[in-house]
Amino acid sequence: MHLYEEDKRRFLKADIISTVEFNSTGELLATGDKGGRVVVFQREQESKNQPHRRGEYNVYSTFQSHEPEFDYLKSLEIEEKINKIRWLPQQNAAYFLLSTNDKTVKLWKISERDKRPEGYNLKDEDGRIRDPTTITALRVPVLRPMDLMVEATPRRVFSNAHTYHINSISVNSDYETFMSTDDLRINLWNLEITNRSFNIVDIKPVNMEELTEVITAAEFHPHQCNTFVYSSSKGSIRLCDMRASALCDNHSKFFEEPEDPSNRSFFSEIISSISDVKFSHSGRYLMTRDYLTVKVWDLNMESKPLETYQVHDYLRSKLCSLYENDCIFDKFECVWNGSDSVIMTGSYNNFFRMFDRNTKRDVTLEASRENSKPRAILKPRKVCVGGKCRKDEISVDSLDFSKKILHTAWHPYENIIAVAATNNLYIFQDKVN
Amino acid sequence: MSLQELAKQPLASKMAGADSDDSLYPIAVLIDELRNEDVQLRLNSIKKLSTIALALGVERTRTELLPFLTDTIYDEDEVLLALAEQLGNFTMLVGGPEYVHCLLPPLESLATVEETVVRDKAVESLRKISHEHSPVDLEVHFEPLVKRLASGDWFTSRTSACGLFSVCYPRVSSTVKAEIRQHFRTLCSDDTPMVRRAAASKLGEFAKVLELEYVKSDIISLFTALASDEQDSVRLLAVEAGVSIATLLPQEDLEALVMPTLRQAAEDKSWRVRYMVADKFSDLQKAVGPEITKNDLVPAFQNLLKDCEAEVRAAAANKVKEFCENLPEDSRETIIMTHILPCVKELVSDTNQHVKSALASVIMGLSTILGKDNTIEHLLPLFLAQLKDECPEVRLNIISNLDCVNEVIGIRQLSQSLLPAIVELAEDAKWRVRLAIIEYMPLLAGQLGVEFFDEKLNSLCMAWLVDHGSCYNVEAATCNLMKLVEKFGAEWAQNTIVPKVLGMANDPNYLHRMTTLFCINALSEVCGQEITTKHMLPVVFKMSNDQVANVRFNVAKSLQKIGPVLDSNCLQTEVKPVLEKLASDQDMDVKYFAQEAISVLSLA
Repeated sequence: MHLYEEDKRRFLKADIISTVEFNSTGELLATGDKGGRVVVFQREQESKNQPHRRGEYNVYSTFQSHEPEFDYLKSLEIEEKINKIRWLPQQNAAYFLLSTNDKTVKLWKISERDKRPEGYNLKDEDGRIRDPTTITALRVPVLRPMDLMVEATPRRVFSNAHTYHINSISVNSDYETFMSTDDLRINLWNLEITNRSFNIVDIKPVNMEELTEVITAAEFHPHQCNTFVYSSSKGSIRLCDMRASALCDNHSKFFEEPEDPSNRSFFSEIISSISDVKFSHSGRYLMTRDYLTVKVWDLNMESKPLETYQVHDYLRSKLCSLYENDCIFDKFECVWNGSDSVIMTGSYNNFFRMFDRNTKRDVTLEASRENSKPRAILKPRKVCVGGKCRKDEISVDSLDFSKKILHTAWHPYENIIAVAATNNLYIFQDKVN
Repeated sequence: MSLQELAKQPLASKMAGADSDDSLYPIAVLIDELRNEDVQLRLNSIKKLSTIALALGVERTRTELLPFLTDTIYDEDEVLLALAEQLGNFTMLVGGPEYVHCLLPPLESLATVEETVVRDKAVESLRKISHEHSPVDLEVHFEPLVKRLASGDWFTSRTSACGLFSVCYPRVSSTVKAEIRQHFRTLCSDDTPMVRRAAASKLGEFAKVLELEYVKSDIISLFTALASDEQDSVRLLAVEAGVSIATLLPQEDLEALVMPTLRQAAEDKSWRVRYMVADKFSDLQKAVGPEITKNDLVPAFQNLLKDCEAEVRAAAANKVKEFCENLPEDSRETIIMTHILPCVKELVSDTNQHVKSALASVIMGLSTILGKDNTIEHLLPLFLAQLKDECPEVRLNIISNLDCVNEVIGIRQLSQSLLPAIVELAEDAKWRVRLAIIEYMPLLAGQLGVEFFDEKLNSLCMAWLVDHGSCYNVEAATCNLMKLVEKFGAEWAQNTIVPKVLGMANDPNYLHRMTTLFCINALSEVCGQEITTKHMLPVVFKMSNDQVANVRFNVAKSLQKIGPVLDSNCLQTEVKPVLEKLASDQDMDVKYFAQEAISVLSLA
């Protein structure tokens, strides 16, 4: 795929982007950062005189979603970092999104206002108070057009339901409920009720010393309101059916690939931990990301993945140093394209990978200002292992592990992607004729 | 104040004069505050919208105020909610039924906001004013609004439309009726689950206003479709609609048109749908009548009582009594004994405590239905088992429903097991459980009789007075004593309770000494003048010398409280000196309460 980079970039000092998400039409794109802010971008309407500017995304609204807090009972600081953003299906002219930090989920409304009331009885247009005795007739305010104003207002706060850190939120296809997931529990909320949630999964052992597994991500099925999956640090995925019982401790499907004994090492367990799980748009497949691979599973086959793609297999020999610098615990996310035919996930050195499921071709691309110009076509990158590198290749040893692409998003049906590279957001799209 | 009264106020007449007028000022303030930054002030203004409208007159209300309000949907929910409510009562203020359609635009925009409570209120007001439309206006103004909402882009407007069909349907021509039915059909198969949910929840209501032939031709197919919707949340709402539809159809159609779907719902894969069936079971039973109940509902109910999901079992268990009560009389006992009771027996030892506690809250009610012999033979063992249940909630629910059994077999049958259960609950670790049992004590005392009570429970009641866990419990315990005395009489009090209460006045713990005072406060009135003067008052006087100030000021408060029971002589000669002494106490609070008592009892 040919992509070119748009010149709209965002640079906020030390503000690392922590999540990226398109809404259901792709008209809006939201990012959350470590500073608790949410920035919403809106796609520009196509204009005739500037055809090349088609679909550029511009800042629509910026607001502070979460503030740093302190839990006095537990003596714990609660970071303001936005862990996840999920858009709600549009219900009226306003837009709604859920944002969460480690503990609290908030529902935000983003709305436009283009009219302003004018005319007071007790003061004139300049704000001077009128002498009450001069009031001889009542004035009803009149609405006049004004410059468009975009407001973000907090509508609901869903709090006090998580003892551990929330890693995922997911909106149900019934548009009525959503779930929030922490390391050990999954709670189900009604979008209109903030003082009560239902615990649907609880894997906390009675004795915490027996803890061997944590929940790493969870998501609802895109169409079946009763189905959701959650992934674990042991590399397995459980699919639950909420119809069966109120508490979904018993899964209905269990996806796990048997370990290859020849590859067994000290790091096996760490690198098999699943960092992200996503249903395909069709609802037929699941995609999971672990440290080195991304796998596609068919919901009808629990024994092994349908497809396995190597994201950066060349790191297998460097696990030891990646363990030492903690990179091995990085949580990479993965996304589907609109038709479920291509998948994308991030890597190091500002590289991200795309795999075409039909042609089995894959490509490594780079999101960086230095190596690409706005509106230039992205060049595929190659990493060479050992020996001599060709001119356009980069050696494993010179990869920059501090530049990681953890969060990416794909437009729901067009070939537009958003890639968060630390504090920069890159938007790439298919070349315009 | 009614509108007519408001209209008679001078304000309205002065308006015509349009001279500088003081009475305009408050209205001017109200109008300006519609846009105040403070929500509370905006809310106040909205709540006085009728005053504003009255001052403006009907013409300006229609042409200026309403257009302004129509676009004011950016406000806080509480303001919008108040606005939606106000507009439902605005007909007279816009010029009467002739102009009522002017209220439609603002309510239409309120019916599309995202907040459900506001939307619902807007729909409620629309329903209200729909009745004030003439048949012509209904077709010219109201019905087009319903159609606009029904075909709106956003689901919020379509959900609001669902609640409006039933109010206009009966009053429009048959062509428009056909259109309305078509719109409702469309919404029942809307893309978004919200709209289908709204349609499902209004299906029963809509069916009620439809002609029977359309109920059979239209509603049944919609009901069947919604009841097999892919979304659990839609299917479960269809259950309720099914109940309403069942009430509309003649018996012979029920079996063919509704029952297959309801049967399917009772066996739905999703526990939430089965839960809904269990929850609505009594309504369903009434709607389908005795024959279908016998043939269909009894086995369905058995299945729900044995459901694999505890939530469903609990909901069904809750309905056991009502279901049995409503069984046809001729076969009631047989059905209960052969079909229901075996399931109930299993539930008594259910693994889930919510199920057991739901059952415990209704099981006693079966005794009146089954009569004395069956109760003793079959139910009593179950009651006894539940009284020994490990979960306090279960035991508590049994105890709190003792009155039902009392009527049938007398409580004595249970007393052997009752007592340990009460004692154990009275010592439960949770103060709420202790509180609950205290509150049932007067009832129990009445049923068990004085003798039994004195023998077994009296000491318990006294022990509660020194509950460590919570001040609520002490308060409840004193209140309990008062109720016991009301039941057993003053003489009993004098012999049993009063000595023990007064004994606590010498307790080394000042909190317990205060409890004595609290008990005296509660008991003086029910015990009467004699006991109060003779036995209680001396103790109170003695405590006025207590070294703890809190006790002393409570003495002052107690004297104020029991003063009305005493005769005036005693007040002047005995109470007054004590209060005067306390009024010169060195402690501020003691002084204050003593002075207060003196003035309340008019002893100054």
